[in-house]
This record gives sequence, C-alpha cells and structure tokens, in this order.
Amino acid sequence: MSNEFPTTASVVVIGAGIVGNGVVGHLAELGWRNIVQIDKGPLPNPGGSTGHASNFIFPVDHNREMATLNLDSQRQYIDMGVNTECGGIEIARTPERMEELRRRMVSAKNWGIPARLVTPAEIKEMVPFINEEILLGGFYSPTVSVVDSLRAGTIFRERAQALDALQTFANVEVMDIEVVDGRVKAVVTDRGRIEADAVVICVGVWAPKLAKMAGTQIPLTPAVHQMIDVGPIPVLEETGKELGFPIIRDMDTFCYERQSAGSMEVGSYAHRPIFMAAEEIPSIKESRLSPTELPITMEDFDPQLEQALELMPDILGTAEIKYAINGLLSLTPDGFPLIGETPDVKGLWSACAIWIKEGPGAARMLAEWMTHGQPEVDPHHSDIARFYKYARNDSHVRARCAEHFQKTYGIIHPREQWASERGVRTAPYHDRTEALGAVYFLAGGMERPHWYESNAELVAKFGVEDRPAEWDRRWWSPIINAEHLAMKESVGMVDLAPFVVFEFTGPGTKDYLQGLTVNNVDVAIGKSIYTPLLDVNGGFRTDLTMLRLAENTYRVMTGAFDGPRDSFWFDKHLPADGSVHFQDLTSSYVTIGLWGPNARKVMEKLTTSDVSNDGFPYGTTQEVLFDSIPVRLFRISYVGELGWEIYAQTENARAVWDKIAAAGSEYGIVPVGAGVYGTTGRLEKGYRLMGSELDGEYTVVEAGLARPKVKSADFIGKEAYLRHREEDPAAILCTLTVENHMSARDGVNRYMVGGETITTADGERIVDRKGRVSTVTTAGSGPSVGKFLLLAYLTPEHAVAGNDLQVYYMDEYFPVKVAVVGSTPVFDPTDARMKG
Amino acid sequence: MTDLAIADLRVLVCVKRVPAPGARITLTADHSAIDTKNLGFTTSPHEECAVEEAIRLVERHGGTATVLTLGPGEADEQLRYAVSVGISKAVHVTHPSLSDEGDWDPQATARALAEVIAEIEAVHGSFDLILFGNESADSGGFQVGVRVARTLDRPIVNGIKAIEIGEGPDGGRTVTAQRESTSGFEVYSLGLPAILGVKEGLNLPRYPTLPGRLKSKKADVLVQIIDPVPGGLITEHFDNAAELVIETTMLGSGPESAPAIVDLIERLGLL
Repeated sequence: MSNEFPTTASVVVIGAGIVGNGVVGHLAELGWRNIVQIDKGPLPNPGGSTGHASNFIFPVDHNREMATLNLDSQRQYIDMGVNTECGGIEIARTPERMEELRRRMVSAKNWGIPARLVTPAEIKEMVPFINEEILLGGFYSPTVSVVDSLRAGTIFRERAQALDALQTFANVEVMDIEVVDGRVKAVVTDRGRIEADAVVICVGVWAPKLAKMAGTQIPLTPAVHQMIDVGPIPVLEETGKELGFPIIRDMDTFCYERQSAGSMEVGSYAHRPIFMAAEEIPSIKESRLSPTELPITMEDFDPQLEQALELMPDILGTAEIKYAINGLLSLTPDGFPLIGETPDVKGLWSACAIWIKEGPGAARMLAEWMTHGQPEVDPHHSDIARFYKYARNDSHVRARCAEHFQKTYGIIHPREQWASERGVRTAPYHDRTEALGAVYFLAGGMERPHWYESNAELVAKFGVEDRPAEWDRRWWSPIINAEHLAMKESVGMVDLAPFVVFEFTGPGTKDYLQGLTVNNVDVAIGKSIYTPLLDVNGGFRTDLTMLRLAENTYRVMTGAFDGPRDSFWFDKHLPADGSVHFQDLTSSYVTIGLWGPNARKVMEKLTTSDVSNDGFPYGTTQEVLFDSIPVRLFRISYVGELGWEIYAQTENARAVWDKIAAAGSEYGIVPVGAGVYGTTGRLEKGYRLMGSELDGEYTVVEAGLARPKVKSADFIGKEAYLRHREEDPAAILCTLTVENHMSARDGVNRYMVGGETITTADGERIVDRKGRVSTVTTAGSGPSVGKFLLLAYLTPEHAVAGNDLQVYYMDEYFPVKVAVVGSTPVFDPTDARMKG
Repeated sequence: MTDLAIADLRVLVCVKRVPAPGARITLTADHSAIDTKNLGFTTSPHEECAVEEAIRLVERHGGTATVLTLGPGEADEQLRYAVSVGISKAVHVTHPSLSDEGDWDPQATARALAEVIAEIEAVHGSFDLILFGNESADSGGFQVGVRVARTLDRPIVNGIKAIEIGEGPDGGRTVTAQRESTSGFEVYSLGLPAILGVKEGLNLPRYPTLPGRLKSKKADVLVQIIDPVPGGLITEHFDNAAELVIETTMLGSGPESAPAIVDLIERLGLL
C-alpha cells in the first residue's frame, strides 16, 4: 500500500467498521478498482459501534428482508472462519411472551432456521445457573452465533487489497463532501481532497454529520445501549471457552446475558431512550475508552441489575462489575437500516444503522446495488429513499426512536401503529371523520380512518363474527367487515387522502414513461393505465396507475407507503435534456372514493355530467363540476364495486366530502375505512399490493399480472420480463381459504395476520426452485364470500384449485384450500359489479 | 446524624470526585473551567486504594469504615460507589458553590473537612485512622490531608503503599506504614489516631458486585452543608499542556532494514 494520499478514486468509502469493510470487500469482488477507504480512527478498531458490539447473531427475524440479511451475513462470517456457534435461548417470563415465541417458530420455519420451543427444565439443563422457576419457557435457536467482527473487517480489506483494488487510510478525518448540481464530486479530508463519482457513507452514528456536509440527511440518531461485564465467574471460566453456554435473551426485561470467556456480559434495551447528536460525540482524544463507549449512567441500569440477579442469582451474586458503558449505536425512525443512494445527492450512497448481525449481508446488498442497479435481496424496507421529507428531520427521528427503542425486544404486532408523531398530516375534512369516530392508522404519515366507530351498529345488522383471540383482534375491528358489507349493499365513501400524486409534462413525457412501465402508456387521452414498473432484474420496483390527461401530460397515482421510493425512481430516470417536467402534487389533491351499487345514483346527484356507463366508461377519467367545484373523476375500483375515485383540490376537499355525504344520505352512504379498502375489498378481488405480494423478488408473470402482449417500446426490466414470460413460473400467486379456524391447543378460533408459512399436508415448507418460500403475503376476511382469505405464492405443483394445504400459525397447523390460482378474483370473477 | 458509634477499628476515608482519567480534558472557551460535557467522573485512583484498604482493615480487625467527601451533589455517586464495594457509612459535605467545573481551594477544603470530622468525633468518638489519597487526580494540590492532620493535631505520613495495624510497646494500637524510597522502603510506626496519605499500588481495588451496587442505592448518606471559608489559592485560568507529538519514522521493511536498525541502536548507545 502506498503512503501517498490519492486525489481521485472510483469510489470513496468512508468508515472502517463492519459495514465499510464489508462494502470495500464486496465492491472489489464485483470488479471495482481504485477504491479508497478512509476512517478517522485507527485500525482495526477505529472507535465506532463495531468496536464495542456484542457480536452475536440471532438469525430469526419476522421480517424476510432482515432475516435474509442475517442469514447471508452469518454465511459470510462462517466463510471467513470467524463465526462461533453457541446457540441462544429467548426466554419467556409471561404468557404474552410465550405466544410471541410461538410466533417466532413460524418465522424460523419461514426462513428455514432450526428452532424449537423448550421447557424451563430444558433451559435449566442447557444453562445450569439459570433460575428456571421464573420462566414459562423458551425459544431455542441452535445456530445462534458470536462473530469476530473486527477480524472479519480485516479479512474484507485484505481480500480487496489482494485484488489490488483498495487503499485504506486510517486517522483521516472528513472535512467536507462536495456536491455539484445534485451530484457528489469529492471528499475533502484533513489529508487532502479525493475526487470520486461515488461516495459511500458507512459511518454509523456519525452519519447525520457527514450527510449534512453533502446537504442531505441520513435519518438516524446515535442512541445509548448500556452494557456491563460481570466477572470473574468460575462456572464460565471452567468452560475454557469464549462461549460455553447458549446466549440468553431475557425478552421480557429487554436484556441479554452473553458469556464472554470468564465473565458475563449483560446488555440492556430497557432503560430510558438516551440520544445524542452526531456532532456531540466526543473525539477519539476526548474519549477515555472510545467515542462510542461513553461513561455509564448507572442509575439507568439498576433495575436491570435486579432482574439479572433474579435470573442468574448463583453466578451474578458475587461477581464484580468490571466494565460498564453507555455504548452508542444507531437508531432509525422505523428500526430498519438506511441503505442505498441518497435521494438528494446522486452518487452519494448510505450504508448506515446496520448491526453486526446483518453487516456483511447489507454490505453485499449495497455493493450489488451500486454495481448492477439492483441487489439480489429486495431492499424495500432498508431503502434510504423510503422517507417522506417531513420524516427525515431530527425531531421526527428522535420521537420515533424514543418510541421504538424499548421495543427492541418488544412484541410488535404486524398491524401495530405508532403513538408518536400523530396528527402531523391530516386530511382537510379530518374533523368530519373524527366526528364519525374514525380509528386512524397512518399511511405515509397521514391519518387515515381504518374503520369508523359510528358504524358499530352495522356489526349486529350484518351478523359479523368477532375474533376471540386478543392477538388476532389487535388493531382490528369487526366493524371493518360490516363496512365492507354495507358498501356492497348500497354505497360507501372512502378517505384516500394519503394517495401520492405526481404529474409529468413536457414533450418527452410519453417516451420517458414508456421507458419505465411494463404496460403501454400510449393510450387515448382520458384513459388510464395500470402498470408495474420493474427493476433491471424484472422484479417489481412499484405498481401504479396513470391517467393520460393530454398528449404529453400524465397524472400518476401511487400508494402512500411507496410514494417516496417511487418519487426517487422517477426522478432518477428523468432525461437530462429537461424535456420532462416532474411535479409532486400530493399536497395539491385529495382523493375520496365513492363505491357501491348505488354509487352512480349518488354521483348523478353530485354532478350534471353524464356518468352513465356509456358516458363515463370504466377505466376513464373526466373533469366535472360538483356544483361550482371542479373535481376529476376516475372510474376505477380497488374494492370491486361500481364507482369513482374523486380528486379534489385540497382547498375544496372538505366541501366535496360534505357534498358526497349529503348526496349519499338518501342511500344510507357509510364512511368506509382503509380496513376495507386495503384488505377485505382488495382480497376478495385478488388485487396485489406493492410490498406485500409485489416486490423485487417476484416477477410479473408469477404475480399473474402479465398481459397477453408485450409492448414494442423498450423499458427497464424488459429483457428479464421477456425471459420470465418464456420460463415456466417457479411460483404462482394464489388465493386460499382457511377451512377450519379452531386451535387444537385451546379450542379458540384463530385468524392469521399475515406472514405465516404455507405448508403441505405433512407440515413441510413449500420452497420453489428459486429458493423462495411460500408464506402468507396478506391475510384477511372476505366478508362477501364468507371465508377468511390468504394470498400466497405456491409452486405450480401446489397451485391447483381445490388443493388442500396448511397454514402454520402460532406453532399450529390450520387447514387451507387453494381457491383460485392466479389473479382471478374469488368474488365477482367477471368484474360485472364494477364494470356495469 | 446517623449512627457512627465506635466499633473495633474506626476508619475514615476521604475521597474526591474527579474526571475519569484517560481522556483529553477540554476547556471552556474562556479557559475558566474544564468542559465536563463528555467526561465521566470517578474517585481519584489513590483514594480508590484508600477505600479498598479501609474495607480490608475492617474485614481483618472488625469495626466500621466510613467514607467522606466534599463535593457537589453529583459526588453522591462516588460515596455510593464506596458503599457498593463494602464501606458501611457515608458522609457528604457539600455546598451550592461546589460543582464538577470548580472546587474549593485546598485550604477551604481542609478547613471544612476538619470541622466536619471534629463534629462527628465529638459525638461518636475519634476515628482511629483517617486515609487520604496522596493527591487528587485533577488539581493535585498535595495539601488537604496534611492540613487536616495539622488542624486535628494528628501525625500524618504521605506516599504510603503498605499499612499494618498492630500493638505498640505500651499496649496501645499503632499503625505501621511503608512508603517507597529510591533505595527501598521507609517504615513508619504511628500511634493511633493517625492520618495516612496513600498511593495507587497499595492494593488492587475490587469492583462492586451486583448486590453491592443495589445495596448502595439504598444506603443512607449523611449530608452536611457547610459554608466555605476561602483560602489563599485563587484559580486564574486553565491551559492545556502542549500535546506531545510522536513522529514515526519507517526504517524500512524486511531484511533490508537491518543496517538501519543496527545504526539506530548504535546511535542510541545500546550496543
């Protein structure tokens, strides 16, 4: 390695923790050369979070993306010879936790990770010094391991150096990141300036500071995680090993106990959230240990001492607290990493808020993304472009992190809603929905009614059954099903204010959009286009609906959850010649849905325009007047009923809401929440949702969305798409029905929440030839068909209507049947209701 | 006042809350004080040994060990730390003018300590042995122990690295204390009551156990507020010492570097 400081590089990687090292290793392997890596600290431990990490991997995660990154990372650590398998037990002190451990059995099965539930006596056998009397049971995961993350980092660097691809400079501090015309230009350091087209920020807790230098944000906060090291403990010393016993995760006290040779490390996520600003982190010189090993605030740890003593009284009663720190790690507003190109600065990449357990996998993800334009593992949850602008500031970050920090070991329901940062984005008629007793869920940070308590009496009217198990009922109400049936009986109005609305204009618009969409956008003016957008591998980047308003004017509507990612994608591909103008009009328009067999009658009262089937055919759009107020109508439905999406200008939206309610009163119009729009109505129609059924790892063909013909124009992912059309699909998206809900364990009827394993009658996982596992992508009621519905990809062998399979939920098997293969709806298969 | 009644051996340890050593201390912009933002605080290392020694003496001879500090409210942490490792009683002498950024000068400190000690002794009888750290880890005045001894009219020896309690020729109890000199050890024998200033290396202090830590949380600390009588030492301002810059010179690598190494060893006169 030459000592001369370089002035140019193909890529500058900032940071030499597990992530930065993983990134240089993987970039080199993927063919990158002239990589320059810098860190302000010394090697091999520059003083970031990697240096004090506990280094263990519990591979099971409920989330597929994170579990995949965990497993990939563990494989890489094994390859490097730095992985020590010791097993781990997540223990339960409460019945709620036992239920959660049963749920973890499902996730373990999903990702093929060995695991079993163990009794207190079995735990005692594995960990003789544990007080099993306070335990109800545990979740034993034999492949839990501890890794040497510092050594792994060195190996990554050495691999890159062996390819003559890397120069690493320690003790170099970044002073500035230069950005010109929205593109990264150079990194300025205290040793010199390095020009590069690509810069990767892998600096964990310091990321907000570096992002600020580049004029953007990396939304994370440095946060304290406390740990103490207690020893010497003879029974641990006698093992003669770094790890002779399984790691204990005391889930209900948010603590872990991990042997570290002759002593026990006790770590806690139970204390109050303690945050710092990146700028406040002491320098290396100002730090007694390291910048991320701060003096412990012991009073925050004291309650955990008592709980640890209760759990392991024999060994922790006499051992001494030899080391205790407030360790710093990175927290993000939603708990997921921050990976990918930053939305504001082209060529500036982030790989931050990544733990040891997922470090090498995340590094590979980023390196593939930078190299191929898309990683193998779908980065949907980790994508740094996922945040709305309002959600990137420090205040929001801290509010959300304060809320979820203590849920690090918490039991989090798949439908769980945030308590903080509520009421930040509301619809103009929020007071109206509030008066109707709306129960709000967040959609893109916006308050959206999920159901309305004012509809409670409909539950008895339609005889909707409740769900007896608290978990199944959590964040759910039988009112949802009642609203569904009321809408289908007469008419309902749906608050869709969170919709994201883009508009594209300019002479290059049609060709630009044609280059991104699978389906042809060159339709008659006034018509709509539903289309997937693909990544280069032919996986879903998004799916959305467009309206052609003029020759070169398109309005695009996309879901609230993927709005920022979609915006990033459109922006990234805008032609450089300025021939396309892209505007985000989300705040300009508010959408209200009007659907049901009486929707046309209501619409006839609202406007004098012709809204008959001939005058306003399905799939078309027109601008009309509601008295004096102009609104755009789009005849479409996500709930399978006749009706329109109504786009009002924001300042008119409250008046429009009132007009619809007044016009509908004659027909008993009901406000209908997103529980119907997003789940029951959608499921009955088999509509696929981005992020649930549709993601980067499944194809258009597998999702049942391939049209008979392929347009002649070229588009991103076309080559892969053509190939997918030629192949036999590895899996086909199907709708299944649950045939018996009764638990054999306690006789209670259970209702799945999504994410469960679909198995054969023998309880075997269904894995397709691409290695993907059949899991439930969406679960919910089908009130009109009187069945509980599941969507899942199945291999062709199992994707046969009438086929009997099982769903594995809470460590129990329930019988299911394949109802429909492909995209045909289980309700109104000919779409007569919405097209009539 | 909590019960400080005489047991077999009455030992008092005086400690000071100081910034944890090992980190560079930064100063406030006007150089009037240290910047405590990133600092951890601890007991002066010499005094950690004094605490440990007091515990061991009482373990061996019976009696009570008391810890006393003069410091800001935060110094409660150091008292409880001493309790968590085995000290049984704690006294906190404090005043609102004390803070982590500024302490009293040695005269004021010694006056206050002597006054409080005398008050305690007036009620409960004399401490047999009072231990100080040789000097504080932050201001390093080397004065407080000596001044307190002078006020209480007791013998003091500083720099102590070994302590033994025994019987004197007259049957009274004595303390034998050793301190290092360039050629070996100086051994002192003092009749009790006496005062010693001890140094790191006297023993290897223990860490708290979990139960010790939890017990210390519940311990009663006697708080005594005392007004300062200023001494003659006034702090003008602080300056950081010049940083030592170490230059690394590469002599070469592999066998070719051998002559350069030999040359260097010769120049240093090691050959």
